[in-house]
Amino acid sequence: MSILESKIPEGPLEEKWSRHKSNIKVVSPANKRKLDIIVVGTGLGGASAAASLGELGYNVKAFCYQDSPRRAHSIAAQGGINAAKNYQNDNDSVFRLFYDTIKGGDYRAREANVYRLAEVSPNIIDQCVAQGVPFGREYGGTLANRSFGGVLVSRTFYARGQTGQQLLIGAYQAMNRQISKGNVTMYSRHEMLDIVKIDGKARGIIARDLVTGEIKRFGAHAVVVATGGYGNVFFLSTNAMGSNGSAAWQCYKKGAFMSNPCFVQIHPTCIPVHGTQQSKLTLMSESLRNDGRVWVPKKKEDVEKLRKGEIKANDIPDEDRDFYLERRYPSYGNLVPRDVASRAAKERCDAGFGVNAEGKAVFLDFKYSIERLGKDVIEARYGNLFQMYEKITDADPYKEPMMIYPAIHYTMGGTWVDYNLMTTVPGLYSIGEANFSDHGANRLGASALMQGLADGYFILPYTIGDYLADEIMTPRIDTSSSEFEEAEKAVTGRIEKLFNIKGSKTVDHFHKKLGNIMWDYVGMSRNAEDLQKAVKQIRELREEFWADVRIPGELNNLNPELEKAGRVADFFDIGELIALDALNRNESCGGHFREESATEEGEAKRDDENFTYVSCWEYKKEGQDPELHKEELVFENVKLTQRSYK
Amino acid sequence: MADKILKKLNIKVWRQNSASEKGRFETYPIENISTGASFLEMMDILNEELINEGKDPVAFDHDCREGICGTCSLYINGRPHGPDTEVTTCQLHMRKFKDGQTITIEPWRAAAFPVIKDLVVERSAFDKILQAGGFVSVNTGGVPDGNAIPVSYDDAEESMDAAACIGCGACVAACKNSSAMLFVSAKVSHLAKLPQGKVEAKRRARSMIAKMDELGFGGCTNTGACEVECPKSISISNIARLNREYLVARFSE
Repeated sequence: MSILESKIPEGPLEEKWSRHKSNIKVVSPANKRKLDIIVVGTGLGGASAAASLGELGYNVKAFCYQDSPRRAHSIAAQGGINAAKNYQNDNDSVFRLFYDTIKGGDYRAREANVYRLAEVSPNIIDQCVAQGVPFGREYGGTLANRSFGGVLVSRTFYARGQTGQQLLIGAYQAMNRQISKGNVTMYSRHEMLDIVKIDGKARGIIARDLVTGEIKRFGAHAVVVATGGYGNVFFLSTNAMGSNGSAAWQCYKKGAFMSNPCFVQIHPTCIPVHGTQQSKLTLMSESLRNDGRVWVPKKKEDVEKLRKGEIKANDIPDEDRDFYLERRYPSYGNLVPRDVASRAAKERCDAGFGVNAEGKAVFLDFKYSIERLGKDVIEARYGNLFQMYEKITDADPYKEPMMIYPAIHYTMGGTWVDYNLMTTVPGLYSIGEANFSDHGANRLGASALMQGLADGYFILPYTIGDYLADEIMTPRIDTSSSEFEEAEKAVTGRIEKLFNIKGSKTVDHFHKKLGNIMWDYVGMSRNAEDLQKAVKQIRELREEFWADVRIPGELNNLNPELEKAGRVADFFDIGELIALDALNRNESCGGHFREESATEEGEAKRDDENFTYVSCWEYKKEGQDPELHKEELVFENVKLTQRSYK
Repeated sequence: MADKILKKLNIKVWRQNSASEKGRFETYPIENISTGASFLEMMDILNEELINEGKDPVAFDHDCREGICGTCSLYINGRPHGPDTEVTTCQLHMRKFKDGQTITIEPWRAAAFPVIKDLVVERSAFDKILQAGGFVSVNTGGVPDGNAIPVSYDDAEESMDAAACIGCGACVAACKNSSAMLFVSAKVSHLAKLPQGKVEAKRRARSMIAKMDELGFGGCTNTGACEVECPKSISISNIARLNREYLVARFSE
């Protein structure tokens, strides 16, 4: 017997989900009214789940740390959302989307979950259209599509460069409708700080009202965590400033296993870091690689002159430009998957060909497509992205190439869930980026939005019923119980402990240092020695943090520094687990590159014999190493091959 | 294009510890800011210095820092989102300022947006307006195929123009009447331009306007300040459309 019961249904791949749906239990409308569900986070996963569960008649309490649920970071997704509609008649299908996702993830995701994701993807588009999401259209009135990296069909639906925004507004509006009906109660500017378990089951949360500082108790029959990823461990990332891993981390400390934490996606096209005072990195959509060519100079002397400002990119003739993606990967060229493109940029910069003063940038050049298609076409396709680039860098990408560099973007790893999206804690669910389930070791472009909405609209509302059907006799959860009392006390104790350190250094000081350790030793290229170094340094820094951090302001007032301190305290622990997981996985796959496991040409080399599993970490207690469990991955429908984009 | 250093700036900023306490301006000198830094990175640096000096940092709202979440909300030198066009505060860069300049930073000022602390205001009134009808009444599931509802290219584009609103509140802050008409009209247009949203367009306009009035936003007197300051260039022609929808709704009552 194992706690890791994945509950993957029997039967052929394409029948698993429908068979499962007919076998799971259903709660009657009269009983739904008596059941409370807490949803933490209101991005695509959380908002779509809260809305759908509210429509079904459950009592939903939704929480977000932002001032409005509409601000969740799903809003920043630019390029699009995939769906196996085959509207283009290009031989797309559910199986093809499933296969691309499994292959793109470097064969480290569950077949059954990924197939289900592809299977419900067409419903998402229908739902969003019905809600009034203004997708791009053809002149005939039908929906338009574009292409994304790592695939050979055109299946990405989009709303200009603001697809995440429009899908989130759709889900937010659906949730607003339920708020107006009284089925969903919204708690904005509230941050979940702990999960409360009674008799082993998730029964509520402890949250801090960020405006008053009040610590509050909320009970429910089930808790859904939809709080996104932990990319901000690295300090600089494309995540929002407030994005954090704390809710998921509290779940981990209460018994929910954490899976594949080392699978972190580094996006190849971000605006490079400038100086040392930067707080945030900005993404430039992957769609730009459709029309932009990536290059660095061939000659070192040109690099030197560029860095000194003696020449500009346009002064370098074509024959002296190294289009290294086209050179290394002739068949996919500039459209190789994200992990491959990022590593290739790092390789060139490490070899001394980086084109900005810091030596950490490559060119993304639109000159060739402007010559071929005209400026108007490029402007229609990417106008808003070019404007954003110009506002940030003061350089005009119509006239000179963009400078880009990889940056932390998305975390494929996350809380372990079974086929029902339930964690190892009964009654505790994890959806969207917060869970580990669908993207393996590398996520394909335009698939994050698909997963968040698939989980929230079409999967969780069914699977949660299977658990809640056995809870209909459980009365409303009494938050005056000793379990809530203790959880609240622990939360208050931790906040006071942090606040009373009254040390000499700011929270950001520590966060930046942690980010540097992570980026240098647990970043795009990893090896055992560096990873051990990282673990050691993180532990030392964490000790220093708990002895010397300074938190100004008051406990019982709006206090952003106090909020940050709690999140950074958890980032130390998460960073340590990422390093431990990376150390354990002595193979290269997807976004995880171990120098010890590479081909002669320096490409990632998987080790299927020893690592075809999901790592599942169980928290023991403070100061003790976590225990590793393994969920073996079984592939019955695809053949494992070494990925090649050459 | 190369970044320069602004040797000295004076940051004159609104300090108010809570909604119930009185506020005041404080001025803090700050040195050596790169023109390549964003405005909010300058604020981060200021706060870092304040904390190191043992003072309370300035609270301000911000999140995505990419100009899309609508959280940032500063009123800088008399303009919402500061002295640049089509940007949010997080996209504003220090190259828009001169060495030695005094930069005045205030919160949004509107009765419907009370101050929480310093530069942070309460904008849940916007959520409440949308809860009053800013949606299409459709449940999850049971909807037709996406291509079963054809939408003309132009209608989709116009709808998208209005749907680009980020709900930041700059329109309200810019308006001498603190009117939310641009915000409300953007939502009404976004949905009314699409066949899916047309069905309940009248009802939507009526209830959103009633909610807006109830929450203490002012009336629109067509000054156009909202359009000028909108970081997403939402057009005031949306207000005309809203007025049409609203009139039709009233007459059909």
